[in-house]
Amino acid sequence: MTPAYELNGIRHCYGERCVVDVPELKINAGEVFGIVGPSGAGKSTLLRLLNFLEAPTEGQIHHQGVLVTSDVSLETRREITTVFQRPMLLRRSVAANVRIGQRIRGPVPKDDTVDGWLGRLGLGGLADAPVRTLSAGEAQRVALARALVVNPSVLLLDEPTGNLDPYNVGLIEEIVRAECAERGTTIVIVTHDPFQARRLANRTALMIGGVMVEVAETNHFFSDPQQPKTAAFLRGDLVF
Amino acid sequence: MQTLRRAFADALELLWSMDSALLEIVGLTLQVTLVALTIALLLGIPIGAAIGLARRLPGRAFLVPLIYTGMGLPPVVVGLFTYLLLSNQGPIGGLGWLFTPAGMIMAQTIIAFPLVLGLTMAAVQSVDPDLPIQMRALGATRRQVALTTLVESRIGVTAAVVAAYGSIISEVGAVMLVGGNIEGETRVLTTAIVLETRKGNFALALALGIILLGLAFLTNLVFHRLQVRQGGP
Repeated sequence: MTPAYELNGIRHCYGERCVVDVPELKINAGEVFGIVGPSGAGKSTLLRLLNFLEAPTEGQIHHQGVLVTSDVSLETRREITTVFQRPMLLRRSVAANVRIGQRIRGPVPKDDTVDGWLGRLGLGGLADAPVRTLSAGEAQRVALARALVVNPSVLLLDEPTGNLDPYNVGLIEEIVRAECAERGTTIVIVTHDPFQARRLANRTALMIGGVMVEVAETNHFFSDPQQPKTAAFLRGDLVF
Repeated sequence: MQTLRRAFADALELLWSMDSALLEIVGLTLQVTLVALTIALLLGIPIGAAIGLARRLPGRAFLVPLIYTGMGLPPVVVGLFTYLLLSNQGPIGGLGWLFTPAGMIMAQTIIAFPLVLGLTMAAVQSVDPDLPIQMRALGATRRQVALTTLVESRIGVTAAVVAAYGSIISEVGAVMLVGGNIEGETRVLTTAIVLETRKGNFALALALGIILLGLAFLTNLVFHRLQVRQGGP
Protein backbone atom coordinates (compact mmCIF):
# COMPACT_ATOMS: atom_id res chain seq x y z
CA MET A 1 0.00 0.00 0.00
CA THR A 2 1.31 3.45 -0.90
CA PRO A 3 2.35 5.26 2.25
CA ALA A 4 0.40 8.40 3.16
CA TYR A 5 3.65 10.32 3.44
CA GLU A 6 7.27 9.79 2.55
CA LEU A 7 9.70 12.42 3.74
CA ASN A 8 13.21 12.66 2.33
CA GLY A 9 15.88 15.04 3.59
CA ILE A 10 13.39 17.42 5.15
CA ARG A 11 14.86 20.45 6.85
CA HIS A 12 12.82 23.47 7.85
CA CYS A 13 14.69 26.51 9.07
CA TYR A 14 13.86 30.03 10.11
CA GLY A 15 17.06 31.88 9.30
CA GLU A 16 19.89 30.05 11.04
CA ARG A 17 17.62 28.02 13.30
CA CYS A 18 16.45 24.67 11.93
CA VAL A 19 13.36 23.49 13.79
CA VAL A 20 12.75 20.32 11.79
CA ASP A 21 15.47 17.98 10.53
CA VAL A 22 14.04 14.67 9.35
CA PRO A 23 16.22 12.81 6.84
CA GLU A 24 13.69 10.01 6.36
CA LEU A 25 10.20 9.21 7.57
CA LYS A 26 7.34 7.09 6.29
CA ILE A 27 3.78 7.39 7.57
CA ASN A 28 1.60 4.48 6.51
CA ALA A 29 -1.86 4.95 5.08
CA GLY A 30 -4.53 4.24 7.67
CA GLU A 31 -2.27 4.22 10.71
CA VAL A 32 -2.35 6.38 13.78
CA PHE A 33 1.10 7.87 14.07
CA GLY A 34 1.92 9.49 17.40
CA ILE A 35 4.60 12.11 17.85
CA VAL A 36 5.66 12.89 21.39
CA GLY A 37 8.34 15.18 22.71
CA PRO A 38 8.96 18.25 24.79
CA SER A 39 7.58 21.58 23.67
CA GLY A 40 9.70 23.36 21.11
CA ALA A 41 10.74 20.05 19.53
CA GLY A 42 9.37 21.01 16.12
CA LYS A 43 6.31 18.75 16.31
CA SER A 44 3.81 21.45 15.35
CA THR A 45 6.04 22.70 12.54
CA LEU A 46 6.22 19.18 11.16
CA LEU A 47 2.41 19.02 11.13
CA ARG A 48 2.25 22.31 9.22
CA LEU A 49 4.58 20.80 6.64
CA LEU A 50 2.38 17.69 6.42
CA ASN A 51 -0.70 19.89 5.87
CA PHE A 52 1.29 21.78 3.18
CA LEU A 53 0.64 25.07 4.97
CA GLU A 54 4.35 25.78 4.64
CA ALA A 55 6.89 24.38 2.22
CA PRO A 56 10.04 22.88 3.77
CA THR A 57 13.29 24.78 3.32
CA GLU A 58 14.89 21.62 1.95
CA GLY A 59 13.82 18.12 0.99
CA GLN A 60 10.89 16.34 -0.56
CA ILE A 61 7.51 15.21 0.68
CA HIS A 62 5.59 12.55 -1.24
CA HIS A 63 1.91 12.39 -0.42
CA GLN A 64 0.26 9.12 -1.51
CA GLY A 65 3.20 8.51 -3.79
CA VAL A 66 3.09 11.90 -5.47
CA LEU A 67 5.79 14.50 -4.97
CA VAL A 68 4.20 17.65 -3.56
CA THR A 69 5.93 20.89 -4.51
CA SER A 70 5.48 24.36 -3.05
CA ASP A 71 2.58 25.09 -5.44
CA VAL A 72 0.55 22.26 -3.93
CA SER A 73 -2.81 21.74 -5.61
CA LEU A 74 -6.02 22.69 -3.88
CA GLU A 75 -7.32 19.12 -4.24
CA THR A 76 -4.33 17.73 -2.37
CA ARG A 77 -4.63 20.34 0.35
CA ARG A 78 -8.32 19.56 0.75
CA GLU A 79 -7.62 15.89 1.49
CA ILE A 80 -5.79 16.90 4.65
CA THR A 81 -6.87 18.94 7.62
CA THR A 82 -5.59 19.85 11.06
CA VAL A 83 -7.24 20.21 14.44
CA PHE A 84 -5.07 22.56 16.46
CA GLN A 85 -4.81 22.88 20.22
CA ARG A 86 -7.03 25.99 20.08
CA PRO A 87 -10.31 25.34 18.30
CA MET A 88 -10.26 28.69 16.39
CA LEU A 89 -14.00 28.82 15.81
CA LEU A 90 -15.75 31.56 13.86
CA ARG A 91 -18.15 33.92 15.61
CA ARG A 92 -21.16 32.01 14.30
CA SER A 93 -23.37 29.15 15.36
CA VAL A 94 -22.02 25.69 16.10
CA ALA A 95 -23.63 24.25 12.95
CA ALA A 96 -22.25 27.07 10.77
CA ASN A 97 -18.77 26.32 12.11
CA VAL A 98 -19.05 22.61 11.44
CA ARG A 99 -20.27 23.35 7.91
CA ILE A 100 -17.44 25.78 7.04
CA GLY A 101 -15.22 23.14 5.42
CA GLN A 102 -18.09 22.09 3.14
CA ARG A 103 -18.88 25.70 2.29
CA ILE A 104 -15.26 26.28 1.33
CA ARG A 105 -15.52 23.32 -1.07
CA GLY A 106 -18.70 24.50 -2.77
CA PRO A 107 -22.44 24.32 -2.17
CA VAL A 108 -23.25 22.69 1.16
CA PRO A 109 -24.85 19.28 0.51
CA LYS A 110 -28.34 18.98 1.93
CA ASP A 111 -27.78 15.85 3.97
CA ASP A 112 -27.50 15.01 7.63
CA THR A 113 -23.70 14.74 7.76
CA VAL A 114 -23.37 17.77 10.03
CA ASP A 115 -26.17 16.63 12.35
CA GLY A 116 -24.67 13.16 12.42
CA TRP A 117 -21.29 14.43 13.58
CA LEU A 118 -22.83 16.80 16.11
CA GLY A 119 -24.73 13.86 17.55
CA ARG A 120 -21.70 11.58 17.70
CA LEU A 121 -19.71 14.24 19.49
CA GLY A 122 -22.43 14.93 22.05
CA LEU A 123 -23.26 18.33 20.58
CA GLY A 124 -26.72 17.41 19.32
CA GLY A 125 -28.66 20.09 21.16
CA LEU A 126 -26.13 22.81 20.42
CA ALA A 127 -26.43 23.19 16.62
CA ASP A 128 -27.84 26.72 16.81
CA ALA A 129 -25.87 27.84 19.87
CA PRO A 130 -23.39 30.69 19.31
CA VAL A 131 -19.88 29.37 19.87
CA ARG A 132 -19.07 31.93 22.56
CA THR A 133 -21.42 30.06 24.90
CA LEU A 134 -19.47 26.79 24.63
CA SER A 135 -17.12 25.27 27.17
CA ALA A 136 -13.52 24.52 26.16
CA GLY A 137 -14.31 20.85 25.67
CA GLU A 138 -17.41 21.54 23.59
CA ALA A 139 -15.49 24.03 21.45
CA GLN A 140 -12.76 21.49 20.75
CA ARG A 141 -15.36 18.87 19.85
CA VAL A 142 -16.85 21.38 17.39
CA ALA A 143 -13.37 21.79 15.89
CA LEU A 144 -13.07 18.01 15.55
CA ALA A 145 -16.52 17.75 13.94
CA ARG A 146 -15.60 20.56 11.54
CA ALA A 147 -12.52 18.58 10.47
CA LEU A 148 -14.30 15.22 10.11
CA VAL A 149 -17.27 16.54 8.12
CA VAL A 150 -15.07 17.01 5.05
CA ASN A 151 -13.97 13.34 5.10
CA PRO A 152 -10.23 13.97 5.12
CA SER A 153 -7.94 11.16 4.06
CA VAL A 154 -5.37 12.53 6.51
CA LEU A 155 -6.28 14.03 9.87
CA LEU A 156 -3.54 15.92 11.70
CA LEU A 157 -4.06 16.55 15.41
CA ASP A 158 -1.87 19.10 17.17
CA GLU A 159 -2.29 18.64 20.92
CA PRO A 160 -6.05 18.29 20.40
CA THR A 161 -6.79 17.59 24.05
CA GLY A 162 -4.10 19.81 25.58
CA ASN A 163 -6.45 21.86 27.74
CA LEU A 164 -9.26 19.42 28.32
CA ASP A 165 -10.70 17.41 31.18
CA PRO A 166 -10.58 13.57 31.20
CA TYR A 167 -14.20 13.25 29.99
CA ASN A 168 -13.53 15.31 26.86
CA VAL A 169 -10.17 13.63 26.31
CA GLY A 170 -11.86 10.21 26.40
CA LEU A 171 -14.61 11.30 24.01
CA ILE A 172 -12.19 12.77 21.48
CA GLU A 173 -9.86 9.76 21.64
CA GLU A 174 -12.80 7.44 21.06
CA ILE A 175 -13.79 9.32 17.91
CA VAL A 176 -10.21 9.34 16.66
CA ARG A 177 -9.93 5.57 17.12
CA ALA A 178 -13.27 4.99 15.39
CA GLU A 179 -12.39 7.29 12.49
CA CYS A 180 -9.23 5.33 11.82
CA ALA A 181 -10.90 1.93 12.19
CA GLU A 182 -14.07 2.68 10.20
CA ARG A 183 -12.82 4.89 7.38
CA GLY A 184 -9.13 4.13 7.33
CA THR A 185 -8.18 7.75 7.85
CA THR A 186 -4.47 8.33 8.35
CA ILE A 187 -4.00 10.14 11.63
CA VAL A 188 -0.92 11.92 12.90
CA ILE A 189 -1.27 13.06 16.47
CA VAL A 190 1.18 15.36 18.19
CA THR A 191 0.98 15.24 21.94
CA HIS A 192 3.15 16.10 24.90
CA ASP A 193 1.41 13.29 26.80
CA PRO A 194 3.10 9.94 26.09
CA PHE A 195 0.14 8.07 27.55
CA GLN A 196 -2.15 9.51 24.90
CA ALA A 197 0.19 8.21 22.20
CA ARG A 198 0.24 4.85 23.95
CA ARG A 199 -3.58 4.73 23.98
CA LEU A 200 -4.03 5.75 20.35
CA ALA A 201 -1.02 5.24 18.14
CA ASN A 202 0.07 2.23 16.10
CA ARG A 203 3.55 3.71 15.92
CA THR A 204 5.09 6.38 18.10
CA ALA A 205 7.97 8.74 17.48
CA LEU A 206 9.97 10.82 19.90
CA MET A 207 11.00 14.19 18.53
CA ILE A 208 13.57 16.38 20.26
CA GLY A 209 15.21 19.47 18.83
CA GLY A 210 13.67 18.90 15.41
CA VAL A 211 15.10 15.38 15.14
CA MET A 212 13.28 12.03 15.28
CA VAL A 213 15.14 10.29 18.10
CA GLU A 214 13.23 7.04 17.80
CA VAL A 215 10.34 5.73 15.72
CA ALA A 216 8.88 2.39 16.71
CA GLU A 217 5.76 0.27 17.08
CA THR A 218 3.98 1.76 20.05
CA ASN A 219 4.34 -1.42 22.13
CA HIS A 220 8.09 -1.53 21.63
CA PHE A 221 8.43 2.20 22.00
CA PHE A 222 7.08 1.98 25.52
CA SER A 223 8.22 -1.47 26.66
CA ASP A 224 11.64 -1.59 25.08
CA PRO A 225 12.92 1.84 24.00
CA GLN A 226 16.13 1.58 21.99
CA GLN A 227 17.42 5.07 22.67
CA PRO A 228 18.53 6.31 26.10
CA LYS A 229 16.73 9.61 25.41
CA THR A 230 13.46 7.76 24.81
CA ALA A 231 13.85 5.87 28.07
CA ALA A 232 14.63 9.13 29.87
CA PHE A 233 11.64 10.90 28.30
CA LEU A 234 9.32 8.05 29.29
CA ARG A 235 10.68 8.15 32.85
CA GLY A 236 9.69 11.81 32.92
CA ASP A 237 13.25 13.10 32.97
CA LEU A 238 14.10 16.37 31.33
CA VAL A 239 15.42 15.67 27.84
CA PHE A 240 16.73 18.09 25.25
CA MET B 1 -33.35 77.56 29.74
CA GLN B 2 -35.96 79.73 28.08
CA THR B 3 -34.19 79.43 24.73
CA LEU B 4 -33.83 75.66 25.06
CA ARG B 5 -37.48 75.19 25.89
CA ARG B 6 -38.53 77.35 22.96
CA ALA B 7 -36.12 75.48 20.74
CA PHE B 8 -37.74 72.13 21.53
CA ALA B 9 -41.18 73.61 20.95
CA ASP B 10 -40.00 75.11 17.65
CA ALA B 11 -38.41 71.87 16.58
CA LEU B 12 -41.62 69.94 17.17
CA GLU B 13 -43.62 72.63 15.41
CA LEU B 14 -41.23 72.62 12.46
CA LEU B 15 -41.42 68.87 12.13
CA TRP B 16 -45.19 68.93 12.58
CA SER B 17 -45.65 71.56 9.90
CA MET B 18 -43.51 69.54 7.44
CA ASP B 19 -42.15 72.82 6.19
CA SER B 20 -41.02 72.28 2.61
CA ALA B 21 -37.80 74.26 3.03
CA LEU B 22 -36.91 72.10 6.02
CA LEU B 23 -37.73 68.86 4.21
CA GLU B 24 -35.48 69.98 1.37
CA ILE B 25 -32.62 70.61 3.79
CA VAL B 26 -33.11 67.26 5.52
CA GLY B 27 -33.37 65.51 2.16
CA LEU B 28 -30.15 67.03 0.86
CA THR B 29 -28.36 66.29 4.13
CA LEU B 30 -29.29 62.62 3.87
CA GLN B 31 -28.51 62.47 0.16
CA VAL B 32 -25.02 63.99 0.51
CA THR B 33 -24.27 61.90 3.60
CA LEU B 34 -25.43 58.57 2.21
CA VAL B 35 -23.82 58.95 -1.23
CA ALA B 36 -20.50 60.01 0.31
CA LEU B 37 -20.74 57.20 2.86
CA THR B 38 -21.46 54.61 0.15
CA ILE B 39 -18.47 55.69 -1.95
CA ALA B 40 -16.22 55.73 1.13
CA LEU B 41 -17.39 52.22 2.09
CA LEU B 42 -16.98 50.79 -1.40
CA LEU B 43 -13.39 52.03 -1.51
CA GLY B 44 -12.43 51.89 2.16
CA ILE B 45 -13.61 48.42 3.19
CA PRO B 46 -11.79 46.39 0.50
CA ILE B 47 -8.60 48.45 0.68
CA GLY B 48 -8.65 48.52 4.49
CA ALA B 49 -9.19 44.77 4.60
CA ALA B 50 -6.36 44.19 2.13
CA ILE B 51 -3.93 46.27 4.19
CA GLY B 52 -5.13 44.62 7.40
CA LEU B 53 -4.52 41.17 5.95
CA ALA B 54 -1.13 41.99 4.42
CA ARG B 55 0.76 41.95 7.68
CA ARG B 56 4.10 42.01 5.91
CA LEU B 57 3.27 44.75 3.42
CA PRO B 58 6.40 46.73 2.49
CA GLY B 59 6.10 50.37 3.49
CA ARG B 60 3.61 49.48 6.19
CA ALA B 61 5.52 51.43 8.84
CA PHE B 62 4.90 54.55 6.79
CA LEU B 63 1.46 53.73 5.41
CA VAL B 64 -0.31 53.00 8.69
CA PRO B 65 0.60 56.31 10.41
CA LEU B 66 -0.38 58.05 7.18
CA ILE B 67 -3.84 56.44 7.31
CA TYR B 68 -4.20 57.30 10.99
CA THR B 69 -3.37 60.92 10.16
CA GLY B 70 -6.01 60.82 7.46
CA MET B 71 -8.54 59.74 10.05
CA GLY B 72 -8.02 63.03 11.82
CA LEU B 73 -8.03 65.33 8.77
CA PRO B 74 -9.41 68.77 9.70
CA PRO B 75 -12.62 68.99 7.63
CA VAL B 76 -12.08 72.65 6.89
CA VAL B 77 -8.71 71.84 5.33
CA VAL B 78 -10.34 69.14 3.23
CA GLY B 79 -12.92 71.73 2.23
CA LEU B 80 -10.24 74.20 1.21
CA PHE B 81 -8.36 71.52 -0.74
CA THR B 82 -11.54 70.42 -2.54
CA TYR B 83 -12.45 74.05 -3.18
CA LEU B 84 -9.10 74.64 -4.88
CA LEU B 85 -9.44 71.46 -6.94
CA LEU B 86 -12.93 72.41 -8.09
CA SER B 87 -12.45 76.15 -8.56
CA ASN B 88 -12.29 77.58 -12.08
CA GLN B 89 -8.49 77.60 -12.07
CA GLY B 90 -8.33 74.19 -10.36
CA PRO B 91 -7.29 70.97 -12.15
CA ILE B 92 -10.85 69.59 -12.19
CA GLY B 93 -12.66 72.93 -12.30
CA GLY B 94 -14.15 71.87 -15.62
CA LEU B 95 -16.50 69.51 -13.81
CA GLY B 96 -18.46 72.51 -12.55
CA TRP B 97 -18.93 70.86 -9.15
CA LEU B 98 -18.11 73.90 -7.01
CA PHE B 99 -21.18 75.03 -5.03
CA THR B 100 -23.09 71.87 -5.98
CA PRO B 101 -24.05 68.74 -3.99
CA ALA B 102 -21.55 66.78 -6.12
CA GLY B 103 -18.70 68.91 -4.76
CA MET B 104 -19.99 68.47 -1.20
CA ILE B 105 -20.15 64.69 -1.70
CA MET B 106 -16.56 64.75 -2.94
CA ALA B 107 -15.35 66.61 0.16
CA GLN B 108 -17.33 64.35 2.50
CA THR B 109 -15.98 61.26 0.79
CA ILE B 110 -12.42 62.51 1.32
CA ILE B 111 -13.20 62.95 5.02
CA ALA B 112 -14.92 59.59 5.46
CA PHE B 113 -12.62 57.39 3.36
CA PRO B 114 -9.60 57.35 5.74
CA LEU B 115 -11.94 56.67 8.68
CA VAL B 116 -13.45 53.63 6.97
CA LEU B 117 -10.02 52.54 5.74
CA GLY B 118 -8.27 52.83 9.11
CA LEU B 119 -11.03 51.32 11.23
CA THR B 120 -11.59 48.43 8.79
CA MET B 121 -7.85 47.77 8.81
CA ALA B 122 -7.80 47.77 12.61
CA ALA B 123 -10.87 45.51 12.77
CA VAL B 124 -9.35 42.97 10.38
CA GLN B 125 -6.04 43.06 12.28
CA SER B 126 -7.81 42.35 15.56
CA VAL B 127 -8.96 38.96 14.25
CA ASP B 128 -6.87 36.14 15.73
CA PRO B 129 -3.73 35.76 13.58
CA ASP B 130 -4.09 31.97 13.77
CA LEU B 131 -7.48 32.08 12.05
CA PRO B 132 -6.01 32.26 8.51
CA ILE B 133 -3.85 29.20 9.24
CA GLN B 134 -6.88 27.28 10.50
CA MET B 135 -8.90 28.31 7.45
CA ARG B 136 -6.11 27.23 5.12
CA ALA B 137 -5.88 23.93 6.98
CA LEU B 138 -9.59 23.51 6.23
CA GLY B 139 -8.83 23.93 2.52
CA ALA B 140 -9.61 27.61 1.98
CA THR B 141 -8.11 29.55 -0.93
CA ARG B 142 -6.44 32.91 -0.25
CA ARG B 143 -9.61 34.67 -1.33
CA GLN B 144 -11.76 32.59 0.99
CA VAL B 145 -9.36 33.25 3.87
CA ALA B 146 -9.61 37.01 3.24
CA LEU B 147 -13.39 36.96 2.99
CA THR B 148 -13.80 34.86 6.13
CA THR B 149 -11.49 37.18 8.07
CA LEU B 150 -13.44 40.22 6.90
CA VAL B 151 -16.76 38.63 7.88
CA GLU B 152 -15.23 37.67 11.22
CA SER B 153 -14.34 41.32 11.87
CA ARG B 154 -17.84 42.54 10.96
CA ILE B 155 -18.54 44.15 14.32
CA GLY B 156 -15.47 46.34 13.95
CA VAL B 157 -16.36 47.10 10.34
CA THR B 158 -19.85 48.19 11.43
CA ALA B 159 -18.14 50.54 13.89
CA ALA B 160 -16.21 51.99 10.94
CA VAL B 161 -19.50 52.64 9.14
CA VAL B 162 -20.97 54.31 12.22
CA ALA B 163 -17.91 56.52 12.74
CA ALA B 164 -17.84 57.59 9.10
CA TYR B 165 -21.56 58.31 9.04
CA GLY B 166 -21.32 60.38 12.23
CA SER B 167 -18.39 62.38 10.97
CA ILE B 168 -20.08 63.20 7.65
CA ILE B 169 -23.56 64.07 8.83
CA SER B 170 -22.24 66.40 11.51
CA GLU B 171 -19.56 68.02 9.37
CA VAL B 172 -19.86 71.72 8.60
CA GLY B 173 -16.53 73.27 7.56
CA ALA B 174 -16.02 71.45 4.28
CA VAL B 175 -19.63 71.57 3.05
CA MET B 176 -19.77 75.28 3.89
CA LEU B 177 -16.67 76.04 1.82
CA VAL B 178 -17.41 73.75 -1.11
CA GLY B 179 -21.21 73.98 -1.09
CA GLY B 180 -21.58 77.60 -0.13
CA ASN B 181 -24.83 77.13 1.85
CA ILE B 182 -27.02 78.27 -1.07
CA GLU B 183 -30.68 78.15 -0.16
CA GLY B 184 -32.56 75.44 -2.04
CA GLU B 185 -29.34 74.14 -3.61
CA THR B 186 -26.56 73.31 -1.19
CA ARG B 187 -27.98 74.11 2.22
CA VAL B 188 -27.74 71.19 4.65
CA LEU B 189 -28.63 70.97 8.34
CA THR B 190 -25.21 71.94 9.67
CA THR B 191 -24.76 74.95 7.40
CA ALA B 192 -28.34 76.07 8.12
CA ILE B 193 -27.54 75.92 11.84
CA VAL B 194 -24.52 78.17 11.35
CA LEU B 195 -26.59 80.61 9.31
CA GLU B 196 -29.50 80.80 11.76
CA THR B 197 -27.11 81.21 14.68
CA ARG B 198 -25.42 84.14 12.92
CA LYS B 199 -28.83 85.70 12.28
CA GLY B 200 -29.66 85.41 15.96
CA ASN B 201 -32.44 82.84 15.41
CA PHE B 202 -31.13 80.65 18.22
CA ALA B 203 -34.36 78.77 18.68
CA LEU B 204 -34.55 77.80 15.03
CA ALA B 205 -30.85 76.91 15.02
CA LEU B 206 -31.35 74.66 18.04
CA ALA B 207 -34.43 73.14 16.48
CA LEU B 208 -32.36 72.21 13.43
CA GLY B 209 -29.71 70.80 15.76
CA ILE B 210 -32.29 68.60 17.44
CA ILE B 211 -33.45 67.31 14.08
CA LEU B 212 -29.84 66.56 13.13
CA LEU B 213 -29.30 64.61 16.34
CA GLY B 214 -32.58 62.78 15.79
CA LEU B 215 -31.49 61.72 12.30
CA ALA B 216 -28.14 60.52 13.60
CA PHE B 217 -29.83 58.61 16.39
CA LEU B 218 -32.33 56.90 14.10
CA THR B 219 -29.60 55.77 11.73
CA ASN B 220 -27.46 54.52 14.58
CA LEU B 221 -30.41 52.53 15.91
CA VAL B 222 -30.44 50.70 12.59
CA PHE B 223 -26.66 50.15 12.65
CA HIS B 224 -26.83 48.87 16.20
CA ARG B 225 -29.58 46.40 15.36
CA LEU B 226 -27.37 45.11 12.55
CA GLN B 227 -24.45 44.78 14.95
CA VAL B 228 -26.52 42.84 17.48
CA ARG B 229 -27.83 40.52 14.79
CA GLN B 230 -24.22 39.80 13.84
CA GLY B 231 -23.51 38.45 17.31
CA GLY B 232 -22.16 41.59 18.94
CA PRO B 233 -22.80 42.69 22.51
